[in-house]
Amino acid sequence: MEPLDLDYESHDLELPSEPMSLNMGPSHPAMHGTIRMVLKLDGETVQEVDIQPGYLHRAFEKMSERGTWSQVFPYTDRLNYVSPLLNNVGYALAVEKLLGVTVPRKGQIYRVILGELSRISDHLTCNGAMAMELGAFTPFLWMLKAREWVWEACEEQTGARLTHSFFRIGGAAAAPTAKFDPMVRALIPRVMEVVDESVSLLLKNRIFLDRTQGVGILTKEHAAQMGASGPVLRSTGIDFDVRKDKPYLTYGDVDFEVPVGEDGDTYDRFMVRLEETRQSARIIEQSLDLLKKIEPGSPDDAVSISDPRIVLPPKPEVYTTIEATIAHFKLIMEGVDVPPGEVYSYTEGGNGELGFFLVSRGGGNPWRVRVRAPCFLSLQACTEMIRGGMLADIIPTFGSINMIGGECDR
Amino acid sequence: MSKLILDRLKAEFGGDVLETSTFRGDDVAVIRPSRWREAAMFVRSDPRCDCDYFVDLSAVDRCDPRTDDLDMDDRFEVYVIASSLKLKHRIRLKTRVPSGEDPVIASLVPVWAGAGWQEREAFDLFGVRFEGHPDLRRILLYEEFKGHPLRKDYPANRMQPLVPYREGTVPLDRLGPFLTDEGMPLNRSPQRDDDRDEAL
Repeated sequence: MEPLDLDYESHDLELPSEPMSLNMGPSHPAMHGTIRMVLKLDGETVQEVDIQPGYLHRAFEKMSERGTWSQVFPYTDRLNYVSPLLNNVGYALAVEKLLGVTVPRKGQIYRVILGELSRISDHLTCNGAMAMELGAFTPFLWMLKAREWVWEACEEQTGARLTHSFFRIGGAAAAPTAKFDPMVRALIPRVMEVVDESVSLLLKNRIFLDRTQGVGILTKEHAAQMGASGPVLRSTGIDFDVRKDKPYLTYGDVDFEVPVGEDGDTYDRFMVRLEETRQSARIIEQSLDLLKKIEPGSPDDAVSISDPRIVLPPKPEVYTTIEATIAHFKLIMEGVDVPPGEVYSYTEGGNGELGFFLVSRGGGNPWRVRVRAPCFLSLQACTEMIRGGMLADIIPTFGSINMIGGECDR
Repeated sequence: MSKLILDRLKAEFGGDVLETSTFRGDDVAVIRPSRWREAAMFVRSDPRCDCDYFVDLSAVDRCDPRTDDLDMDDRFEVYVIASSLKLKHRIRLKTRVPSGEDPVIASLVPVWAGAGWQEREAFDLFGVRFEGHPDLRRILLYEEFKGHPLRKDYPANRMQPLVPYREGTVPLDRLGPFLTDEGMPLNRSPQRDDDRDEAL
């Protein structure tokens, strides 16, 4: 075989000394189809990055202004579409805050359980997809298998796998079915087993560790002033979790811990999400016990409030009595009459602080529905994580902030 | 708890805090637009407020085109929510941007870097300009978009014009379809580039 003996001197190949611009996305598989990054590269080092979201903008806020308060629910499903029930809960709580009503205890616990199931599915998707982007396909498939079981339980309750639109202003569309308790109790250990099995493939894997540890670092100070929240913020060591700091629903009655990271790197974000799935499982198990303790027939034993100005009357009555027909008609056509005012209500969504800023001028239509999308702010902080790193490290770093197009671009 | 911030603000800014209110547990202070950035800086740096955590910034269009004049005073209300991670309180500061065709307010990027994208979004959707913003471009929409869709006088069913090819450094029309003798350039050999120049 001939030796490779290239004469570099005589070959007039000039390597560019200027930084090279590279366009990454939006149709790049690791950009999840909705983000474009314009990079300025020096060799393989990222000197400058301009992240451009907006490819999935569907005018959520404008559409919300055009319908009634209840008609926003289907849109919220499509914000963070891997944990739609958490968005439903967030919006329902915001309108209820503006109305000044509280859901009965059973309804609150029900929201907590379904919300935490959603959180598990969110974190499974994110961690699985991140591992897949690093070449580990098996954990991704296993985690999606587990996510499917979670969705089966959600389907049993809500009738839909993905876009549930299940919660209502003042409660939920339906009470827990008879299968709910046994189904969820059986599901949790199975899901956790799959989670443990999947991460056992990753956490001793040299490739996975090398690609994630010390990569995409976000500092504490930067995370806070950038408004990063959820796992991205907690991975830097700040223990801010809305469920603990300002407990809503029945989160104050259950015992769980808030995992925090140390370095704020991709590995820590992965581990925080992993530990949060385990904590969610704890919350669900305790909440199922709380649900059992509710005395049947007591005022707590209802998923919705009974105010006919807010909640639709039961269907049998709508079909048989004129009062209920009128109430139903007025609620559907005119919407819930929300008093004038403005509130900002926030919950812990899949990606962090999911806030709704609502302005009402009275009447059945919102004046302004603003959603504070957690991953929009995390994506902004992502600029700092990427800058100065290697081109190839963008992929796990971007994967670990769990950018969900629907929520980010609204 | 965060009554304290409202009191601190009133003590510091006096008449420039136009109103304060607490509704359903949210503490709100309306600031005179001329001292917008100063007030935000105070809330952030004052040790007893210590609002180091940026939460949200956006705007509200207060004009109802059915009843109000589009040039009404104080048409746009910009708000910012900040919170303290240590003291666990939060506050919403609002200001009413004096209107006109071109509402302008001071940018809060020097206070919280996180305001950068949120202000770009408010600029994009409401047309509020933030003075001192390092990179004020549209963020969710494209640069050729006409109008600002979250303004109340923007009809939701308005059609946007088709966008012509962008003129720029990247010759988009050269990316394809290729001539018969052209393919995607796979190497950077100078010779090949010469060939192409001749072919053109």
